[in-house]
Amino acid sequence: MQVQTHVDINSEWGIVAARQAGRKLAREIGFGSVDQARITTAISELARNIYLYANQGQIKIEEVTESGKRGMKIIASDEGPGIKDLRRVMEDGFTTSGGLGAGLPGVKRLMDEFGIESEQDEGTVITTIKWLR
Amino acid sequence: MIPKVRENILQHQDLIIEDWMQQIEKFRTDESLQSISASVYESTSRDFVHKLLLTVEENEVSDEKLNQFVERLIQMGWPLNYITRGLQEFRKVSVKVIFQETDNNEDQFRMIEEIEEWVDEIVNLLVNQYSGSWENTVFLQKMALKELSAPLIPVFENISVMPLVGTIDTERAKLIMENLLDGVIEHRSQVVLIDITGVPVVDTMVAHHIIQASEAVRLVGAQCILVGIRPEIAQTIVNLGIDLGKFPTKSTLKKGVETALRMTKRDIVELES
Repeated sequence: MQVQTHVDINSEWGIVAARQAGRKLAREIGFGSVDQARITTAISELARNIYLYANQGQIKIEEVTESGKRGMKIIASDEGPGIKDLRRVMEDGFTTSGGLGAGLPGVKRLMDEFGIESEQDEGTVITTIKWLR
Repeated sequence: MIPKVRENILQHQDLIIEDWMQQIEKFRTDESLQSISASVYESTSRDFVHKLLLTVEENEVSDEKLNQFVERLIQMGWPLNYITRGLQEFRKVSVKVIFQETDNNEDQFRMIEEIEEWVDEIVNLLVNQYSGSWENTVFLQKMALKELSAPLIPVFENISVMPLVGTIDTERAKLIMENLLDGVIEHRSQVVLIDITGVPVVDTMVAHHIIQASEAVRLVGAQCILVGIRPEIAQTIVNLGIDLGKFPTKSTLKKGVETALRMTKRDIVELES
């Protein structure tokens, strides 16, 4: 059975919990320290977005295998306001909260695969995978 | 509690104790109770039911002895679950005794109602006691965390160090900014070293806070050097595309101190003996 962890994000402590769960699984799968840091940072980024924009949501992390490759999948989902302009949100420096605007494009660069689905007033689901090399 | 119920309960207390002990043994297998040894579990449970019967005997819900007993459980880390389930079982066995005693439906109903009220009140009291102790712990830990939050340490004249350890959340970020600015003025620092060796994750928000803090330090006439950037953190910062080019960074605190000394026109010299 594949390892799967859910973490509910409804406060800043949820971000820490998600991060810790992510680091633990990444270590178990066998990622090196740099990739561990990448994965934890990506989780931190996604969890913070949930907390910041949707107030609450979920981070699901699991181990994945595909044609002999092993990896780690992170699914961040919320039922928040959704993202208005998906193209702009992936541009560096675009922010609606006064932050750096590096979050989502940053996560895309930190990870290997990145997918985003968002429906206005319905919520957002971000799926991202890091493969073990 | 009405006298009749009391009499009934007290009269059959041996039965109640035995029955209750049997019931309580059933959730001995609960995960949260696994670490407790069988003999301790048994003696504590016996103690618990005696204390409960004592409240009935004294006809006083908030009994000092029961409070002390619960306080001890809290300190030993017994789960709240044990208390609430124990009380539920107590209610069940007491009701059973009442049922055996009277056949009159109306009497039964009234007496059961009485027991319900009694037990509910004890549950409320004990749950309050538990949550009060938790709130207290959380509060104390928060204070302890705040105390070790973000000290600004003057190391040389005009040079201060702020070591950051642990997760930086919004509240801490605010504190860091305040301490940094107050400290810079108080110690007349010209150079401040922010050491992030102990920060586990540098995401965009943490970086944003650090950039803001250094910008504020610049405004009060000092300079920031970011030190303690571990290799993996350096890579994630680059991946995230965060621009830290506005202020100098060094890999270790040692190098940072050397740079800071140079910036204030001083140097480390080895003495010839």
